[in-house]
Amino acid sequence: MNRVQPSRRQVLGGALLATGFVGRATRAARPVVRIGVLGDQSGPYREIAGPGALACVRQAVAEFGAGSFDIEILVADHQNKPDVGVALARQWFDRDGVDMVTDLTNSAVALAVAQVARAKNKVAVAAATGTTELTGRQCSPNAVHWSYDVYMLARSTALQMVRNGGRSWYFVAADYVFGRQLQGESAATVEASGGKVLGTSFYPFPGTTDFSSFLLAAQSSGADVIGLANAGADLVNSLKQAHEFGLSRRMHLASLSGFICDVNAVGLEVAQGLNLTASFYWDLNERTRAMTARVRPTMPNHAPPTMAQAGTYSGTLHYLRTVAAMGLPAARDGAATVARMKAMPCDDDAFGGFRLRADGRVLVPAHLFRVKSPAESRGPWDYYTKLATTPPDEAAPPLGRGCVLVKE
Amino acid sequence: MFTIFGIPGPLLFGQLLLGLINGAFYAMLSLGLAVIFGLLNIINFAHGALFMMGAFVAWMLLNYAGIGYWWALLLAPLIVGAFGLVLERTLISRLYKLDHLYGLLLTFGLALVIEGLFRNEYGSSGMPYQIPSALQGATNLGFMFLPNYRGWVVVAALVVCLATWLLIEKTKLGAMLRAATENAPLVQAFGVNVPRMVTLTYAGGVALAALAGVLAAPIYSVNPNMGSSFINTVFAVVVIGGMGSIIGSVLTGFGLGIIEGLTKVFYPEASATVVFVVMAIVLLTRPAGLFGKAA
Repeated sequence: MNRVQPSRRQVLGGALLATGFVGRATRAARPVVRIGVLGDQSGPYREIAGPGALACVRQAVAEFGAGSFDIEILVADHQNKPDVGVALARQWFDRDGVDMVTDLTNSAVALAVAQVARAKNKVAVAAATGTTELTGRQCSPNAVHWSYDVYMLARSTALQMVRNGGRSWYFVAADYVFGRQLQGESAATVEASGGKVLGTSFYPFPGTTDFSSFLLAAQSSGADVIGLANAGADLVNSLKQAHEFGLSRRMHLASLSGFICDVNAVGLEVAQGLNLTASFYWDLNERTRAMTARVRPTMPNHAPPTMAQAGTYSGTLHYLRTVAAMGLPAARDGAATVARMKAMPCDDDAFGGFRLRADGRVLVPAHLFRVKSPAESRGPWDYYTKLATTPPDEAAPPLGRGCVLVKE
Repeated sequence: MFTIFGIPGPLLFGQLLLGLINGAFYAMLSLGLAVIFGLLNIINFAHGALFMMGAFVAWMLLNYAGIGYWWALLLAPLIVGAFGLVLERTLISRLYKLDHLYGLLLTFGLALVIEGLFRNEYGSSGMPYQIPSALQGATNLGFMFLPNYRGWVVVAALVVCLATWLLIEKTKLGAMLRAATENAPLVQAFGVNVPRMVTLTYAGGVALAALAGVLAAPIYSVNPNMGSSFINTVFAVVVIGGMGSIIGSVLTGFGLGIIEGLTKVFYPEASATVVFVVMAIVLLTRPAGLFGKAA
């Protein structure tokens, strides 16, 4: 008998075809929730959120598991340009049926995209955004603000360091809105808690690579603490040069907007002794370690998440749970979904149990950390020692500040 | 303690010295640019990217091959110089007969491509690179603590600048190079391989940028954008010094470093602008630059 055996390729092809049809058949029957991850995939904030934020969103979707709907994730690079971000968000909302955007690194992009989300009645979960405007004058019934803002970073660092004896401060600040706001908030906190501001150097941004002049001025002021109101490469340069001039041995260094990836970039030898604030650190407790262990295999370079990336995880998970609780036709209404998100208690491995405030700000504690010395560190990414914790209500900016969602 | 214009004397001297150190980087980078422009007539916008490559090659040598700072000082300029050689042969050499603008566009594009590739591979946060152990620590000069590494940078930059100047102005090779820029066909008629000389000059200029990159690696953030923050100032230095003038670019590099350092004491907000104010004044009064010959 001469039977025709199907070749391996034919069998595989048939199987693929079959699953394809099955997949399509179920997809047609089940509604889809689409999440857009809009961040800086290639520029200066890539490490803070970027591809790692996408990995964290995927992790949240995987942990949410199977609901009564399918979930699709889209990703795009806003290149730190508000106009690009707005165009992408419009296209996602209008054409691609995206229900929620997250990440939103860069304050200018976040504020612009939040407005689009409001106009289209979708949901914006900002998780890598510094500005307090998003929960202040420009707050929106369609936006929530996760993880941190400049107020929290500046206030927690300044407050806890003054309490620990760092009474007199000298600031080295980038001369633009971000640096001025950081410096302003911290200086106000220092003075309100009984400390003194001895001086400030505002240096031109961008374009400054040498900070030794400002560091030297800080040193000759005799202050206890140098507050660095800058980020990214500027922060790295200031830390390297402070180490070079031996400042870290004589004064305390505080970064008012440092991330764990910055510490990784300079190395512990240089960063040791630096004080900084974060609302998430992978080695904070059992739950953060568990979450980190789950997501690390898919993270770029297997790095643990930054607080911004952890925020996209936490925000996405809470959004999906809210959608599941509301049921799908109802959850297409962005403002209603955000209202429900605020009403529902949040709980996840990254931030524990917490809640969202009326203005959309997430209420999580802020931890002040000190960077370990190479000898103290037990292995890769074992960078921080926790010094103090600022409770959620004290760490978040005051409620109100021109936000129409807050009833006076 | 005595004061000058309300600034304590020690602080002022400290700032002057820091200005001189920054000037050392400006001088080394603008030197390479001046050599390339003087002999090739190419405005090498890729200079910042090649400076960055120098720092990255030093980092790679350390992390992939375990080769430390001192060998990197020799190897990184050679490796990046070889890369420059390939660039010149395959791309830049096609533009010599065209307007300056084409060279500028090509090298600017190359800079974007190189920086983009590095950003894609290594991210933008930067890489750690330590000061070599022999140069750690600081020396008390009375008015300030001078980190030993910074002292070394100034000395190294001065030696390199002087050596380059001597090579071009005082040796037979330098004389041939200068003759080739004046009249290439004539020099070629004497049996000198002018295209090869031009290629090596470009590679040499690139190697200078890479050397500055290695020197910068322990004190600046080693990240893909590190060159672009320098390159604007360095171009201003070259313009002020006089396009193509070697001695001009070196003296202007150190001079502007000092002016910038002083501005940081009196009005820090203007310290990035002051270089360009000087450039505008120089261009208004001496359009060919301080040391340039009027065309």
